[in-house]
Amino acid sequence: MTTNSLTTSQGAGRTGDKVFSGAALTAGCLILAVLFGVALFLVVQAIPAFVAPAADIQGGQGFAAYIWPIVLGTLIAALIALVIATPVAIGVALFISHYAPRRLASGLGYVIDLLAAIPSVVYGAWGAAFLAKEIAPGYDWLANNLGWLPIFQGPASATGKTILTAGVVLSVMVLPIITSLSREIFLQTPKLHEEAALALGATRWEMIKMAVLPFGRPGIISAVMLGLGRALGETMAVALVLSSGVLTASLIQSGNQTIAAEIALNFPEASGLKVNTLIAAGLVLFVITLAVNMVARWIITKHKEFSGAN
Amino acid sequence: MTLTAPVTRKRSALTKGQLPSYAPYVVLAVALVLGAAILALIGFNVFGWGVVSAILFTMGLVAWSGVVEGARKAKDKLATCLVVGAFLVALLPLVSVIWTVLVNGIPGIITPGFLGTSMNGVTGTLDNKAVEQGTKVLGGVYHALVGTVQITLLATVISVPVGLLTAIYLVEYGNDRPLARAITFFVDVMTGIPSIVAGLFAAAFFFAVVGPGTKTGAVAAVALSVLMIPVVVRSSEEMLKIVPNELREAAYALGVRKWRTILKVVIPTAISGIASGVTLAIARVIGETAPILVTAGFATSINNNVFGGWMASLPTFIYTQILNPTSPSNPGPSDQRAWGAALVLIILVMLLNLAARLIARIFAPKAGR
Repeated sequence: MTTNSLTTSQGAGRTGDKVFSGAALTAGCLILAVLFGVALFLVVQAIPAFVAPAADIQGGQGFAAYIWPIVLGTLIAALIALVIATPVAIGVALFISHYAPRRLASGLGYVIDLLAAIPSVVYGAWGAAFLAKEIAPGYDWLANNLGWLPIFQGPASATGKTILTAGVVLSVMVLPIITSLSREIFLQTPKLHEEAALALGATRWEMIKMAVLPFGRPGIISAVMLGLGRALGETMAVALVLSSGVLTASLIQSGNQTIAAEIALNFPEASGLKVNTLIAAGLVLFVITLAVNMVARWIITKHKEFSGAN
Repeated sequence: MTLTAPVTRKRSALTKGQLPSYAPYVVLAVALVLGAAILALIGFNVFGWGVVSAILFTMGLVAWSGVVEGARKAKDKLATCLVVGAFLVALLPLVSVIWTVLVNGIPGIITPGFLGTSMNGVTGTLDNKAVEQGTKVLGGVYHALVGTVQITLLATVISVPVGLLTAIYLVEYGNDRPLARAITFFVDVMTGIPSIVAGLFAAAFFFAVVGPGTKTGAVAAVALSVLMIPVVVRSSEEMLKIVPNELREAAYALGVRKWRTILKVVIPTAISGIASGVTLAIARVIGETAPILVTAGFATSINNNVFGGWMASLPTFIYTQILNPTSPSNPGPSDQRAWGAALVLIILVMLLNLAARLIARIFAPKAGR
């Protein structure tokens, strides 16, 4: 849509053109301003927590001592979610793209997308009321049989409200994200590569291993990174499911806490410096997720340039 | 002679060394029976039966295939079983969540007055009485429904113009300039902002501008807009991109100005996709809890003013009823209300998703040429 002499000529409607393009440009810039504003206002409100004397911060040992355990807790919960969700999500994506009958495929994809439509608070309620109760006997078994591993050290929580349960709920929530992105990538596999593999006598699995997965690897990686971003920032699943506490190595005891849940549980009643501390914690979460998402998007963009040749 | 030789081989040479077509069904039947037998020994339940049978089925089919067809085919069968298994595993939580919400939510939602009353005046004493004397559980979600509708509506009013105009800038004016590329990149980054950080941003912004402790529905709407704008931009951008260039060129050729071309030609062509994208964006933010929790507080009575006072919403209602039951000694009534609200919320979200599909189908431009 290059401007030509006809559309730039004098006449009725020229102001309309200017106003409209100006509005569009303003809206675009507003988005950049908002993102910048998110960072700026978080920083401004967080500074008091960074400069406050150590004794005034919750825990009495300064901001770093306060934030480290919950950063680790956040990473642990997100890691559990990814370890569970990634293989299942890749399996589901392969099922929809290469195994399911063509006619059913889009319908099945929609069913998986329904998982993403369910509000997070409902997942939290489900995890707390149903999953934790059902999964608790399994933790007893883990504690009795694999208790020598530090992560499964007993005694297991009787209510099942542990970081592992929270991780399982998170894995359900990130599953549709990883699935839909991987599915897109798998469907883009060059048909000729697939057919060549099959023509050479490869079984369906060998074809997937030789043609689909190598082609989709960058896509899978970025999908997992985006899932990680979601798992890191997810609040309700953890706030409702986990009975939080200090940083614990064992995944099947109550304890641990994530940044998002810490904010959600404490912010409504917080006042004074506590508000600044929680906003500072939010800033830390923002920086972590921003980094993860930017790397993921960078991988996708880099991949796009190459896939154009196919 | 060869002509008279009896045909002893029943199967063609082409299918030799392959499992018969009925093999999976045989293995499945055997696995189901064996699974039931094993489960009968250690205590029967349907879930365990399914898991044990699935494992037996996979092992049986792979072993049989390994003997008859060789290792490569066996590996293929194993992969097929795992992939199908992954899909079934993914369905489990979906079925379980919907089932749990239905079973727990229906008693709440059929209580008379649940949708029409607020929690104003409902105290722990009343809840205790409801449990002890078996009377009906008082209180409802009306105030939360009002809050959810108002906050979401205000968020939509903020997000749609900004999001749509940005999409128009990217598609019609951007021309792949550095600014357009920066906006595209940061919109992508914005989709990854954790919802609670969006809430904190809105809270921090209003704390700084209006005064510390400002919590109203409007703050929550701003928080939701931060989450909603990138979704609207992305979906509208996709829809504007697929409007054929010939339509624009035809309009230009008739001497129509660019802004009128966009308003009268481009947007009407893409309106079905844009509308369904906006509906999906609403469905996404209507269930957000964390940002509302830190920006709107929670109220127990009806607040019709989105710009003043604390405001309840369905998600925060569910959250507070579960975490802080109205009567700490008898959480039953609170649980019932929470699940009822969860059912209402899920129905809302599903209706919005359905509406998005219908809009896309009904208003789709006629494809015939």
